[in-house]
Amino acid sequence: MKIFVCVKHVPDTAANIKLAGNNGFEDSEIKFVVNPYDEFGVEEAVSLVEKNGGEVVIVTVGKAAAAATIRGAMAMGAHRAILVKTQGQFLDASLTAKALKAAIEEDGAPDLIFTGKGAVDTETFQTQYRLAAALGLPVANEVSRLRIDGGKAVAEQEVGGGDRQVIEMGLPCVIGATKGLNEPRYPKFPDIMKAKKKEIKEMDISDLGIDEAAGAVVIEHLEPVPERAGAKMIEGSVQEQVTELVRILKEEEKVI
Amino acid sequence: MAKTGILIETENDAVKETSLGVLTAAAGQEIIALVMDANPASVKDKLAQYGASGIVSLKPASGDILASPDLAARCLEAAVNEYGLDALLGTASAVGRDLFARLGALMDQPMVSDCVAVDIDAKTVKKSHFSGKTFATLRVNADLLLATVRPNAIEAVPAPAGGEILEFTADVQDPGLAVIKEIKKGDSDKLDLTEAPVIVTGGRAIKAAENYSMLEACAGKMGGAVGASRAAVDAGFAPHAMQVGQTGKTVSPKLYIACGVSGAVQHFAGMKTSKVIVAINEDKDAPIFAKCDYGIVGDIFEVVPALTEKL
Repeated sequence: MKIFVCVKHVPDTAANIKLAGNNGFEDSEIKFVVNPYDEFGVEEAVSLVEKNGGEVVIVTVGKAAAAATIRGAMAMGAHRAILVKTQGQFLDASLTAKALKAAIEEDGAPDLIFTGKGAVDTETFQTQYRLAAALGLPVANEVSRLRIDGGKAVAEQEVGGGDRQVIEMGLPCVIGATKGLNEPRYPKFPDIMKAKKKEIKEMDISDLGIDEAAGAVVIEHLEPVPERAGAKMIEGSVQEQVTELVRILKEEEKVI
Repeated sequence: MAKTGILIETENDAVKETSLGVLTAAAGQEIIALVMDANPASVKDKLAQYGASGIVSLKPASGDILASPDLAARCLEAAVNEYGLDALLGTASAVGRDLFARLGALMDQPMVSDCVAVDIDAKTVKKSHFSGKTFATLRVNADLLLATVRPNAIEAVPAPAGGEILEFTADVQDPGLAVIKEIKKGDSDKLDLTEAPVIVTGGRAIKAAENYSMLEACAGKMGGAVGASRAAVDAGFAPHAMQVGQTGKTVSPKLYIACGVSGAVQHFAGMKTSKVIVAINEDKDAPIFAKCDYGIVGDIFEVVPALTEKL
């Protein structure tokens, strides 16, 4: 099997994001990681190849610094990688999908493509759908269980209220992975050393005939979400506390 | 006035509360409500009350719209073309997130997801970036504005309109790429977390799976749902479907009550846009108290039952 996993290089969710200018952020001081949802995709791809043979190729569209993040994904057992370099961190989802498609097609025919369910930086939750449409493949997102069976993928997705939907697709297809699919492995030291020697093929997004600035969705402005100040503490006995809380929620906040 | 379609979600032939907020997001525009899975006559009055001038039942000429998400997306595309829509909004629910992403890809049109504010005339939206740490204002440079709205982000306000039922059949084929084989029913009376107006969440301090019944009793009094922190899910007290936060669900209820939740950054990422956040924790130094509205220092096993009693 030849499995591609699309991995995004994103700020660690615990990082303190310092905004810069109207729509940028300081990325020199913060830690970047493999987008957490993509890790489930990497783990699933590596497990499938361990069972059935073949190779796992990481594909990333991002800044040159993403190479370090890609090494992290390869330490989990992926064989090699392709990095399509961009100038900026934020790229319109349809351009990202075009770049992924071009890189994958140039490399060869996929049997399966994984992505995460979405990226924790831009939260656009759609690149996998655009990639699938561009390649003419079926797609299922937010997949938390997967069975590959005789040329078919049977995926389970949560659809709210604890209900689970079972969706069946032919192969190749695109799977957006989420928590529950597996437990991503922690690379051991020898795996990390081995990953340093694995191949990352680099190209610029402009080499693929894509204009990075041509996105239809433009970030006009970024602002911090206002942090709440410390809580107003409700004192007294348990009875007094809950009486006061209910009064506040009903009369002041009007939320119940 | 922009011609705006709203994808309406229903349950047992009744409009979901979350769809009413999406109708309000399009207040002042000419609104066409698109209903996927209900008899339009049964939802006509409610949709008219909240601003729909036209109501369309989405039906393909052949095939089952509920068994093929690609067919559903094609029906939506046909409706966009039939009614010359300038904008199409839906709920950022499991169904809405999937359909709108499919539709954006199918039409090769930009789509913005999980918005907390939408300005249809200016074609700008506001949405979370960096896991809830930042709000981004995005401008969509396209003829069609496709967007999903975070449940509960916009308060529903009645705005009576005509509510005329329009006859429409989408002349489309199922591409046959993906088939929904079955829906495995969970606990059928459970409210979907992302749509619940009130959420009571239990953290590691809940100590055991059976203690969630205490939270269910409390949430039940307020028509709410029960969530869990990652620590509680990892400890095996609750299924992942209940997890709120970075690797779980992003929720935006009117009221969020965190019981025995320490307040990790990743947890806040999933509930920060709640209107009111209350924390109950026996540790007066728990990080959650630094970033919520109201706090009670106390044992959740004493405070929660007393609160349930009081409600």
